[in-house]
Amino acid sequence: MATRTVYDKIWDAHVVAERDDGMTILYVDRHLLHEVTSPQAFEGLAQAGRSPWRRGANLATPDHNVPTTNRSRGVEGIEDAVAKEQVVVLDDNCKRYGIEQFEMTDRRQGIVHVIGPEQGATLPGMTIVCGDSHTSTHGAFAALAHGIGTSEVELVLATQCLVQRKSRNMRIIVEGHLPFGTSAKDMILAIIRAIGTAGATGHAIEYAGSAVRALSMEARMTLCNMSIEAGARAGLVAVDDTTLNYVHGRPFAPTGAMWDRAEDYWRTLVSDADADFDTELELDAAGIVPQVTWGTSPELVLGIDENVPAPDDFEDPAKRELCERALTYMDLEAGRPIASVPVDRVFIGSCTNGRIEDLRAAAAVLDGRHVANSVTQAMAVPGSGLVKAQAEAEGLDEIFRSAGFEWRDPGCSMCLAMNDDRLYPGERSAATSNRNFEGRQGHLGRTHLVSPAMAAAAAVAGHFTDVRDLP
Amino acid sequence: MIEAFEHHEGTVAPLDRANVDTDQIIPKQFLKSIRRTGFGDNLFDAWRYLDEGVIGKNANERRINHDFVLNEPRYAGSSILLARGNFGCGSSREHAVWALQEYGFRCVIAPSFADIFFSNSLKNGLLLIVLEKNLVDELFGIVQLEEGYSLRVDLAGQTLRGPGFAADFEIEPERKRLLMQGLDDIGATLAHADAIRDFESRHRQRMPWVFSRDGNAS
Ligand code: SF4
Repeated sequence: MATRTVYDKIWDAHVVAERDDGMTILYVDRHLLHEVTSPQAFEGLAQAGRSPWRRGANLATPDHNVPTTNRSRGVEGIEDAVAKEQVVVLDDNCKRYGIEQFEMTDRRQGIVHVIGPEQGATLPGMTIVCGDSHTSTHGAFAALAHGIGTSEVELVLATQCLVQRKSRNMRIIVEGHLPFGTSAKDMILAIIRAIGTAGATGHAIEYAGSAVRALSMEARMTLCNMSIEAGARAGLVAVDDTTLNYVHGRPFAPTGAMWDRAEDYWRTLVSDADADFDTELELDAAGIVPQVTWGTSPELVLGIDENVPAPDDFEDPAKRELCERALTYMDLEAGRPIASVPVDRVFIGSCTNGRIEDLRAAAAVLDGRHVANSVTQAMAVPGSGLVKAQAEAEGLDEIFRSAGFEWRDPGCSMCLAMNDDRLYPGERSAATSNRNFEGRQGHLGRTHLVSPAMAAAAAVAGHFTDVRDLP
Repeated sequence: MIEAFEHHEGTVAPLDRANVDTDQIIPKQFLKSIRRTGFGDNLFDAWRYLDEGVIGKNANERRINHDFVLNEPRYAGSSILLARGNFGCGSSREHAVWALQEYGFRCVIAPSFADIFFSNSLKNGLLLIVLEKNLVDELFGIVQLEEGYSLRVDLAGQTLRGPGFAADFEIEPERKRLLMQGLDDIGATLAHADAIRDFESRHRQRMPWVFSRDGNAS
């Protein structure tokens, strides 16, 4: 048999049929649902008189729209009538079709990409889809996971399959040790800077190398999460002890003899030694410094010790124009040190950086320090109810609160600002989320993406600063 | 079931920006809808209007940004969007495709598209044409020069024709067939229901842990 990558292996294990026209019907093991991209799919299903192919494949939770304060009244407490309707409709659809849902008041509720792994609903070797582009997060478990649109949500509900063309294989190898003060977030931002936001279009990325192996599962999730910002639908990391140790004992994970069988199989989910990749990139972890995006695309990123670029620094005319537009939108001058840029609001959370290790990293910086007076608002939004409970058990909520942070309930929150957590026109954020597009966090808001430690450091200093230099 | 696409002729609007993301195509505040319609007025909302887009605002009462290309009278009623590389990147929201179609676009031409946007478009019968960068550059030149410039797209022959411009384009045969026949993806997949069932029972034998929740759902 020809040598295969992890991606090839998972793909092969899910092929239902090859159609005459070259498309593959691929079986979907796990389907995650949330309130924003599912209502039209359920409606289509009902209109066609169909029902879900395999109910047990589905797991739903409301996350994008839910408020992050005053949650005791549940759905009734949502003031925005339109947002409320989406949450109610998700409730109704889940009840109607017998789909397991962590409702808004369930302590397991949270961002769909946080709860899947947390529950063990995300398992190695699975095909996992969700109507959300950051489904790539689950690739950290050597799962083939990617975002789909609403029509595909309906297709998966109705048929348990996707009609797909296989992607090409790309490997990104990061060798060496990540320096003190840097994290997986800095690693992925450095990667996106190197290859651009379309650099991996059409590919599934495998992250490999000693620096990736050394990452915890949560850090690997951060890495895979932003694969989509590099243009790849899916990103993954091969199975190793770290993977299995994390999965073991999770509520949805197999136990006993079934675990042993699963483990035997999961251990095969590594790329063959001489497997072929269509594209390869190598990066030295030691050269990575804390990263800050300065523009309106995730590839417009700088090391904290660098200055905002000028349009002339780019050769490609399209990039030059992008730079010009970004400078205007972000209200920055070329040549300005990124470390001199002040922030108005700080957001720690999202499916990229809303897990317990992220909160610990931020709290470690905030312990004994306080948010600068010039900062209007700083908030910490745990990725799930269980993350929140864990953080509170460790006393992290106290550290956040005494540092001047608001301690919120779980949800997507200011990552996309569908609820009230947002930037106002002209305001600037330090955010641990994944997109700095124009208006992403609020109309005319300006987003700078950073790691949790760097967001905490910016909150304390009132401007971006190297977390390693904090007094 | 999507509307079949054979050929189309319409005026071309140039959107001269690379990396147009789906947050720009349809901003998130409009995603709260539970319907597939009602997005056209908010296509490119933050660029088209000067005031902030709020769900439910009457489009006739908005402050128009006259500097935005789609608001120029010469591009009113255009049905072909000419765009730059990596169009449709970012969020997987299919609302972006619905908004483009409801506004009146039948076809988008660009040097490259983001993956998820590409498949979402196909599912809805919005034709995406990938053209080489130099051809796209040429078209931008022509469109900006000639008012009311219109192109004819022939999907069967895979050609683009307009005054002073002719190009052929590539499209994968199955995508072409899907667009031309307006095929229903779900119906087509359910035609393989037996194969899916067979696969599923083998898969259940091999990897029973995948099915561990099947008994739990109510
Ligand atoms: S946290 Fe942000 S990126 Fe992640 S699922 Fe929610 S909205 Fe999407």
